[in-house]
Amino acid sequence: MNRKHPSVMRVFIFALLSWLKISSSAVFAQGPGPRPSLPPIPIKGDTTHTLTKHFTQASSEPKKTDAKGFIQRWLVLEPVKKNIARNNIITDNFLKTTFSADNFSNDYNMIPKDGESVKIGDQDLKWYALDSKTFNFNLYHFTYALNKPKYGILVWLVTVINCTEDIENVRMSAGCNSGSMWWLNGQETMILSGDRDMIADNVTSPRITLKKGKNIIRGAVINGPGMANFGVRFIDDKGEPVKNFTISYQ
Amino acid sequence: MKLNIKNIGKLALAIGCLSAEVNAQIGKPFIHDPSTIMESDGKYYTFGTRGGGLVSEDGWTWNPGGERPGGGAAPDALKIGDRYLIAYGATGGGLNGGHNGKILTMWNKTLDPKSPDFKYTEAIVVASSDGNEDCDAIDPGLLLDPTDGRLWLSYGTYFGFIRLVELDPKTGKRVEGNKEINIAIDCEATALLYRDGWYYLLGTHGTCCDGANSTYNIVVGRSKKVTGPYLDNMGRDMLKGGGKMVMGSGGGRVNGAGHFGHWKIDEGVEKMSFHYEADLDMSGRSVLAIRPLLWKNGWPVGGELFREGTYQIESERRGYGLELIVDFTRMPGGFRGPRDPNEPIVKVASQELKDVIDTWPKGEIGVRAGDYIARPHQKWTISAVPDGGGNPGGPYYKIVIAGTERALAATADAELITVPKFTGAAEQLWRIDQLIDGTYRIMPKLIPNSNEKLALISSGDSTPTLGKFDFNSDNSKWNFKNQ
Amino acid sequence: MSISLKQLLITTSVAALLGTALQGCNSTKPKINSTVAKSDTTRSIAPFFVKATNKVKTPDNDGFIQRWMLLEPINKPNRGNTVFTDSYLRENFTKEYFPNQFAIMPTDGEKVKAGEQELTWHALESTNFNVKLYCFAYGLRKQVYGVLFWGVTVIDSPREMKNVRLAVGSNSASMWWLNGKEAALLSGDRRMVMDDVVSNRLTLNKGRNILRGAIINGPGMSDFCVRFLDENGQPIKDLSITCE
Repeated sequence: MNRKHPSVMRVFIFALLSWLKISSSAVFAQGPGPRPSLPPIPIKGDTTHTLTKHFTQASSEPKKTDAKGFIQRWLVLEPVKKNIARNNIITDNFLKTTFSADNFSNDYNMIPKDGESVKIGDQDLKWYALDSKTFNFNLYHFTYALNKPKYGILVWLVTVINCTEDIENVRMSAGCNSGSMWWLNGQETMILSGDRDMIADNVTSPRITLKKGKNIIRGAVINGPGMANFGVRFIDDKGEPVKNFTISYQ
Repeated sequence: MKLNIKNIGKLALAIGCLSAEVNAQIGKPFIHDPSTIMESDGKYYTFGTRGGGLVSEDGWTWNPGGERPGGGAAPDALKIGDRYLIAYGATGGGLNGGHNGKILTMWNKTLDPKSPDFKYTEAIVVASSDGNEDCDAIDPGLLLDPTDGRLWLSYGTYFGFIRLVELDPKTGKRVEGNKEINIAIDCEATALLYRDGWYYLLGTHGTCCDGANSTYNIVVGRSKKVTGPYLDNMGRDMLKGGGKMVMGSGGGRVNGAGHFGHWKIDEGVEKMSFHYEADLDMSGRSVLAIRPLLWKNGWPVGGELFREGTYQIESERRGYGLELIVDFTRMPGGFRGPRDPNEPIVKVASQELKDVIDTWPKGEIGVRAGDYIARPHQKWTISAVPDGGGNPGGPYYKIVIAGTERALAATADAELITVPKFTGAAEQLWRIDQLIDGTYRIMPKLIPNSNEKLALISSGDSTPTLGKFDFNSDNSKWNFKNQ
Repeated sequence: MSISLKQLLITTSVAALLGTALQGCNSTKPKINSTVAKSDTTRSIAPFFVKATNKVKTPDNDGFIQRWMLLEPINKPNRGNTVFTDSYLRENFTKEYFPNQFAIMPTDGEKVKAGEQELTWHALESTNFNVKLYCFAYGLRKQVYGVLFWGVTVIDSPREMKNVRLAVGSNSASMWWLNGKEAALLSGDRRMVMDDVVSNRLTLNKGRNILRGAIINGPGMSDFCVRFLDENGQPIKDLSITCE
């Protein structure tokens, strides 16, 4: 009896903790407002924090887009910690102000180096050159793997598009959870404001030209609680993916 | 909206404005039994009963100007190669007359009376009725069968059968030895059209020529063969009176739709021409009408003239609403779920323009599409622009943020912007066509410094732009949801 | 249904023509007869009708009743068909035009007096699904416009049939009675459309049932088609039609 009682207590406490964890994460993951409580489910989850589960280290060989034109290779900076409780504050002006304040460089044609560190505020943050295993790039998986904050984050991105000729009249296209801004060769191309989900081709840029040679994409994604990811590609004037370029991080 | 006296006043004013909407073609569109609209030398023509006809430069403003000799009733027109074939009916008719009608055909190289090429060939008789047989040979309708190039002509009135004969598309004469076929009864003003493996026979039922009391209405049956049987949606043969209504009277101010004509503008953009027996806003006279033609489950359905009003402009692509690119202004409060069920229930006021307009930039503001929750930056008031010109079946409209003069405009780089004040410039004028599936195409009258004809399309879910219209893509389609 | 009034538009003088029409409306019998075209010298109700026989006659394949006792048209000058409101029809169909008009079971060739007119009953079978009253009047050299027709037929049912409906189309307006009871009224300026008006649920008695109809028309084509439908909307065909 004496021995059994503590074990019952342990089971109870475990269940309670599990429930608290699930229900609290459900609240945050789903955004505002209480949801009905869920029954406790034992967590099997991955406890190995490893980048290689969802990403591979980018090689120096230029990479093609995936079959649908999505850009899977990105230089990703460790998250800038942002105290954002809810995503309903992500207006256009909020994004512009925040990305301007917490910027690693005002030179939008600058290409960071894999493994180097930059300072934003009082945080030392490191660049990773990664290829996503999926069409989209999951920043939640990225921060989780690095044991960095998963919620309330700002993530900077850079990638390089190499073209053998000018490609005119294309549009950059993005879906993002949650807010983001995008630049091509130093020009702002897209702003995705609001409490958004990652939807392919959710926002497209005006018509732009990918010039012969290197084109540098800069992106910044911000998210409060919940899933964070993005998918970027270029589409032509018929809405078809543009694939005749390669992607590198140098 | 709060239902106070002030708002009721506003509502009454709004309804008053709506009633002033332009309901029929403008100009002097007086006609009975308009023939299928033909384009000739950059102008549009339609001919009517008693000779003569109307001409239009834009498809919206119609005035007398067409010339058709021969008098008689209810002509039809068809372009074959580089010539126009005109068919019309001649009869002694009238109450005390018989039904000894004749159908005649004649050709012209142009429909423009000012052209040196304008000259009708001598009219030839292709069908007739003897006065007592079960047919009255007037009201011809022409069809050049796109599947095999054969030329068909339907004719007849309420007096017995509608008949079908075959003509020679080179001469316009009756094919030698051709026997007429009965394909319907009790119709007038029949027309034939072919679409997706079906032949459609459109006829007019109801009371003709009784002004505001006319019940004239256009019905349809269809057949896999041009020779029939033409069955309606209930499987009822048009030889037994069958017919599904395509267009009747139009909401009170225009009554009695008759004499169908098919007008394909573009893939997915089709119109029907006909006349209303009485336009009560135009002395109760018989007028030309052009309306969208929709197709539903293989049946033609008459659409309505676009109604002015305040709308969500919803993308067919994802369902987002067109909106200004401005910071979203939150309404006070947040989630209110199942708390105390006995808490008194109160109404929460909607966000109004005055609550947010001062947060908007004063100059040009961009346009995107987003989740629609009926906020002031998402509501658009659409109204016809007097003197803005027109297009087949409609005037040009201005599209402004409700309660403001901030107007949607096309830019020289084929994007969208809103300007703080509507000026009437061509890039601020919009053509709205209801498509055959009931959605809409929205096109600027002009792209600055460009001759391109582009439409409002979705590039991304949230990104509207101007691009080539493609009926087969939901990117090109929009809906107007009444607010 | 009215003659194609658009024809009015093509005459040189609409007003003059209307004047003529008005005159026709108020005219006496000889003038109405003047509407008959003079050209035709071989006038006949063939091929639209044949004489009714004593042979068993069932409805046609679609259930339409083709055997009828038809009375030559009563002169009823109407210059247009737009007057056929419900109340006009009820008033004018219930007037007595000839003795015993709602009970008579006439025999072929029997004559009745309607006002100044002496009119004959004809036992006929239509060769079409519909009964072409215009052709009936024209073939008999009677006036074809401004007319009121009466028709009666006997439906012999092999059993009691409940929940059936009488389905009628007529040009122009008409009224129908089954076994003396009003079954259907088709008001307005109508064209003949099969199943245009369908009665409430009725019962066909086992044995004889008398179906009576009155059809009114101003100018234009006159005809009607009548059948019975079962509960599923399917035509009833196991009936025997007589004129006796």
